[in-house]
Amino acid sequence: MSTLVALARALAFVQGVAQPITMVRHIHCAERPMVFIPLALAGEANAPLAAMVGDDPDRPRLLVVPQPRNRDLRFAFAAELASILVPHFERFQTVTEVAAPDRTGQARWRSTDAPQVVVANPAAAGFVRLFGRSTRFRRADGPYAVDARVPVLGQWLTFFAERAEYPGSSLLVTLTDALAMHWATGQSALEDTHLPALLAWIEPPEGRDGATAAMLAEDPGIWPPAGPATDPDFDNRVLAPAIEAYAAATTPDAGTLAECQASGALRDAVASQLEPTWRLMWRAIALLRALPPGVRVADRWAADRDAYTEFAARLEGSGLPQPRRDGAVAAARRLHRLERALAAFTVQRAYDDPLIMAEYRLTGEAFVATVLEADRLRIDTSGRRRTLRPRVTVTTTDPAKPEVGSTWISPARPAQRARAVEVVVARGAETTVVLELSGGMGRALTPLPGSVPDAGERLCYTSLADQYVPPGDFPAPEETPWTHGGPPAPASLDAVEGQAAVASRRGDDLPRDDLPRDDLPRDDPAGEEWS
Amino acid sequence: MQSASRIRGSARPCAQNARTIAALTSNPGCDRRAVLDTAGVDKQRLADHIGYPARFGQSQFAIVRGNAFEAQLKADQCAALLRLLIEQKIVPPGQHARHVDCSAVGQTESQDDRLARTAGLLGEVFKGGDSWGVPGQRPALLLDHPLLAMTIAGRTVYLEPDLILIGPDARVHVVEVKSFAVIDGQAAPSKVAAAAIQAAVYVMATCAAVTEAGFDAGAVADEIVLVCPRDFANQPTATLIDVRKQLAVLRRQFARMARIEMLLAALPDDLTFDLSIDESGVARRPPVEVVAALECVPARYIPECLAVCELAGFCRSRSRARGQTAVLGRDVCERLGGIEEVETVLGLASGTLSPSPDQTETAAVLRLAEQLRSQSLVLAGDPTAASSGLGLSALGLSA
Repeated sequence: MSTLVALARALAFVQGVAQPITMVRHIHCAERPMVFIPLALAGEANAPLAAMVGDDPDRPRLLVVPQPRNRDLRFAFAAELASILVPHFERFQTVTEVAAPDRTGQARWRSTDAPQVVVANPAAAGFVRLFGRSTRFRRADGPYAVDARVPVLGQWLTFFAERAEYPGSSLLVTLTDALAMHWATGQSALEDTHLPALLAWIEPPEGRDGATAAMLAEDPGIWPPAGPATDPDFDNRVLAPAIEAYAAATTPDAGTLAECQASGALRDAVASQLEPTWRLMWRAIALLRALPPGVRVADRWAADRDAYTEFAARLEGSGLPQPRRDGAVAAARRLHRLERALAAFTVQRAYDDPLIMAEYRLTGEAFVATVLEADRLRIDTSGRRRTLRPRVTVTTTDPAKPEVGSTWISPARPAQRARAVEVVVARGAETTVVLELSGGMGRALTPLPGSVPDAGERLCYTSLADQYVPPGDFPAPEETPWTHGGPPAPASLDAVEGQAAVASRRGDDLPRDDLPRDDLPRDDPAGEEWS
Repeated sequence: MQSASRIRGSARPCAQNARTIAALTSNPGCDRRAVLDTAGVDKQRLADHIGYPARFGQSQFAIVRGNAFEAQLKADQCAALLRLLIEQKIVPPGQHARHVDCSAVGQTESQDDRLARTAGLLGEVFKGGDSWGVPGQRPALLLDHPLLAMTIAGRTVYLEPDLILIGPDARVHVVEVKSFAVIDGQAAPSKVAAAAIQAAVYVMATCAAVTEAGFDAGAVADEIVLVCPRDFANQPTATLIDVRKQLAVLRRQFARMARIEMLLAALPDDLTFDLSIDESGVARRPPVEVVAALECVPARYIPECLAVCELAGFCRSRSRARGQTAVLGRDVCERLGGIEEVETVLGLASGTLSPSPDQTETAAVLRLAEQLRSQSLVLAGDPTAASSGLGLSALGLSA
């Protein structure tokens, strides 16, 4: 929360409509996003009740578990969901392009596009994660066998949920977060997680202000909650009788017509809760699409495509499910990657967007200046070699007070560094800075055209640097230092429920047959009725 | 001087429970809630009556599942629960347990009778050498739904923990059964926090009961046993949670609630939240009057109230009508320099309002933020691309 966003919230409050807080879109919008609205049964641990899913706004697919406490029906739901999602996820693998070689210089390929899953709110993203967890360890053979696609779906969903933790990733988009990243409403962030209320602020209906529209949108009688939790009143008045009627109709002596009717009634009831959200989600997607994309969105989507390609290959290779918990080394590695992604996203967002950059101008980490004069051809002769070091004199009224010797970068010329060599703070609010430029001007002793700013040009300089951070150096899992629990115990000896040990037993390099049988989850025995 | 019963009016007092008490800690500065809760006003009904119905309904699926899980734990002399307690090393291995049902006998048993029954039980157990066996040689006792009492702001509040364990060494543990799942050793932090503070209320009440019975409250452990379903099935799992921090928060809160007397004294003599409910159960008092009565007691609305207080919808609309920055959330308020009115914020930002001496710093930041915002919106596009004269004139404003 920056002061500019806080101010935008205050403005939205007074004007009765959400205010833009970005000039461009900072997420990737897929051509055909896979919209997924899960509903869960209240009180159960992520037991699916229904879902609306599809990549065509006019053709949603409705999936219903007529008795959510029945394990077989739940896995039938998972299988049906897998039959929709898994082919969609796999479709993007076929067309690839050459990517920059990796650190070892080996050639790399990446898919030209990747699937994008869109959910309504953070709770729905949580559902994706937990549903992935509850299905990825299943097996298609042996006792409690499930449809072969179910564990694959589980791994895909886990992949999407894990990737969503990366700042700037667009593989799994949470709409309330995505919208709140671009608009400030006149309500609190807490209330912004309610999709109908958030959209009511962004697009209030004719004759209503955002606050009134949002209050009406909170009424579950008007707008059913966007899930995964259902409205308790709906549960008690509509859903419970419908489930009971279905259960009564499925007794062996009842006719199939009664069963069809009961299941139809149940589907209708659930659909009534899902359809309004389905429409809202496509509306929200359209709003995001209408924004012009930031320049660096494509770079981040390329990173997403890399992750997708890598994961798809991994699925085809070892095919081992992701561990329940990371081991010490894997956790450190992941944390490092997340930090890198956060740092990059923070800088890229500011580079792409003057309104975000304004936040840094406010804190003195950036300034917008006008070039007074430019010495384009200045040569530095102090060293052994003559080097091109043009100097520009710029003036700014921003609060930033650059120190002599500090380095600044302009988003328009990211390869160029500008070192402040002289700073004059005038009596007024004006600051004049002489900047010495290096880099990004070609190899000759005269700069390439356009590579040095001209007099009169208005420029933004910032201390934020979008620089390459090398991937960290981490030991192999078997070399985990004692400070982090030491090397994980060999799988066969491991009787203790040590978390690191459990995770490492599921390490990528273990062939599947080496997994001890007791490593398979037994927490959901077949035939067990929930509750 | 006002009395709590007068404020409540003719209606029966609405029972407080551990959840409502725990909720007090989430916004302790709100006088409106303190007064209404102390007086035992039915806030749900009140909110309905004035047109801001609170949505705190519970799905029957959740209730059924919760009850089933609890029953499963308690089946067969709490066999499943005992296994968990042994696993957690609270009860020594091989220990037997006795399930003591303390819930109400029939429909007729009064609260006071039940209270006396629990108190008697506790007294007997601590005296030792009786039918339960001397400490060290008796079974672990699991008191199922005992009734405890606590005095909060001068009012007796009855509390019913899920279970209280009295170990063979006479250590007392509060056991809290919740039906949210612990998956791979992790549960939703908000749910765990809520369970911990609720259990802390029970710990306090248990301490009070033990002291009342004439024994040392030190026998009551300041960690609680949280029992939840594990992963995606119904297998239970137990976790020990240290609630010393929650206890400290509650004690501080209760000490502050003692000031309720002062608060009540300051209220008008004729203030009441009586809804004039007639024989057929219909509230006859005009809602306008009730709203006017509510306005007599100052509230301190924050968005977090929406999750815990039945009146939050009403308070939010009032706070909004007054243009308070509080409705935007705590972090926004802080960013806006703690200024309470949105109008003031925008006045200072646009420069139409001159700041008071203590606002000068905030005003300068807001003014600059406003200029940067409108400047960026005017320039619309890459700042470096805007090398035209338009940029210069827009920039010149901030000098």
